[in-house]
Amino acid sequence: MRVDSIKNGIVIDHITCGKAMQIYDMLNLDKLDCTVAILKNVSSNKMGKKDIIKIDCDIEINFDVLGFISPNITVCIVRDGKVAEKKHIDLPEQLTDILHCKNPRCITSTEQDIHHIFRLTDRENGIYRCIYCDTKA
Amino acid sequence: MKNLIDILDLSTSEIEQLIDTANDIIDNPDNYRKKCRYKKLATLFFEPSTRTRLSFEAAMMELGGNVLGFSEANSSSSAKGESVSDTIAVVGGYADIIAMRHPKEGAPLVASMKSDVPIINAGDGGHNHPTQTLTDLLTIKREMGHLDNLTVGLCGDLKFGRTVHSLIAALSRYSGIKFVLISPKELELPSYVKDAHIKANGIPCEQTTSLDDAMEKLDILYMTRVQRERFFNEEDYLRLKDSYILTPEKLKNAKENMIVMHPLPRVNEISTAVDSDKRASYFRQAKYGKYIRMALILKLLEVE
Ligand SMILES: [Zn+2]
Repeated sequence: MRVDSIKNGIVIDHITCGKAMQIYDMLNLDKLDCTVAILKNVSSNKMGKKDIIKIDCDIEINFDVLGFISPNITVCIVRDGKVAEKKHIDLPEQLTDILHCKNPRCITSTEQDIHHIFRLTDRENGIYRCIYCDTKA
Repeated sequence: MKNLIDILDLSTSEIEQLIDTANDIIDNPDNYRKKCRYKKLATLFFEPSTRTRLSFEAAMMELGGNVLGFSEANSSSSAKGESVSDTIAVVGGYADIIAMRHPKEGAPLVASMKSDVPIINAGDGGHNHPTQTLTDLLTIKREMGHLDNLTVGLCGDLKFGRTVHSLIAALSRYSGIKFVLISPKELELPSYVKDAHIKANGIPCEQTTSLDDAMEKLDILYMTRVQRERFFNEEDYLRLKDSYILTPEKLKNAKENMIVMHPLPRVNEISTAVDSDKRASYFRQAKYGKYIRMALILKLLEVE
């Protein structure tokens, strides 16, 4: 299987080992027609083991999802076989419509047409809280 | 500032300003009787709270304004009603400012996102109740003369008591504060409140199950209700409830200038025999609630 010869696409690198499938699901990559490769347990000098996802087409990605699932991800945008852009993804300040609040007393449980928003309240421990009720994500 | 949703929306200097205005209103009520002429306050109470609603309405009336609004008979009926966004879209066209109480946490924040007129959170479920906290701060300022360098005892249900959580958040920003947390094990202050405010600000804090042991250290004793329904069994409730009832006997060890506060309504956690003690501040506290709400309405309506 050739997975390293992307022409125009995206490489999501340095994914915490075991998190690749979760990213695959949250980015809805199953909806894509192009080639998508998931590499698991790849040896890495920096991390010991890591996961990688390679997507062989140019799509818009929600970087907040990536940062939330696995901080310290690197995203490479590949154009004409070369890395055109490299982005280091950190924990996002805010998550909009990515998570839903689990608190049944939260207004998000009844109000229609409302954005579900979580804010990073503790970067060190990666803790997000619902902006409406302060419940932990 | 356009809305008041959470007490921490206000800086300490904004709180100071509100307290100054409230003090001026108390001293010179005549100067304020026409400040809000032709203005309307809507009190939208999706959950009943007669005291809070009356306090808001009295505040607006004393400023020469008018009030309109509704109060749902029980909190469940609002669940079937229209959305918060729709209600606000309609009422925003009738009123200049809105005080809203809602059983769902975060409802006033949603309202503030949709509204063109200022929104005041008058209590959202067990979450926030910032005008109660402002009331508490005005009370402390008037009764003690300052908001810093105080040993504050919080007694009763510290687990579910949102007034306690907000007061801790607000007081944690002042220097020289010490907290003494007095509660049964079952109703201890949640660790996230401790972490976010007490630990984060390096505030000295003691935890005890005995009101008697704590009494002599306190400058302020903030009492809350220990509710029967918070306990898993009747036996625990009966065993514990009496140890958190304030009586003249228990007050014997207290400082002469200590004050006793309570968000009211009380059930039996403060014996009525305490009412005549000069340290009992809770009825004055309720009255201060009106004045601080007047100050808040003036600020949000930007009335000079
Ligand atoms: Zn929530």
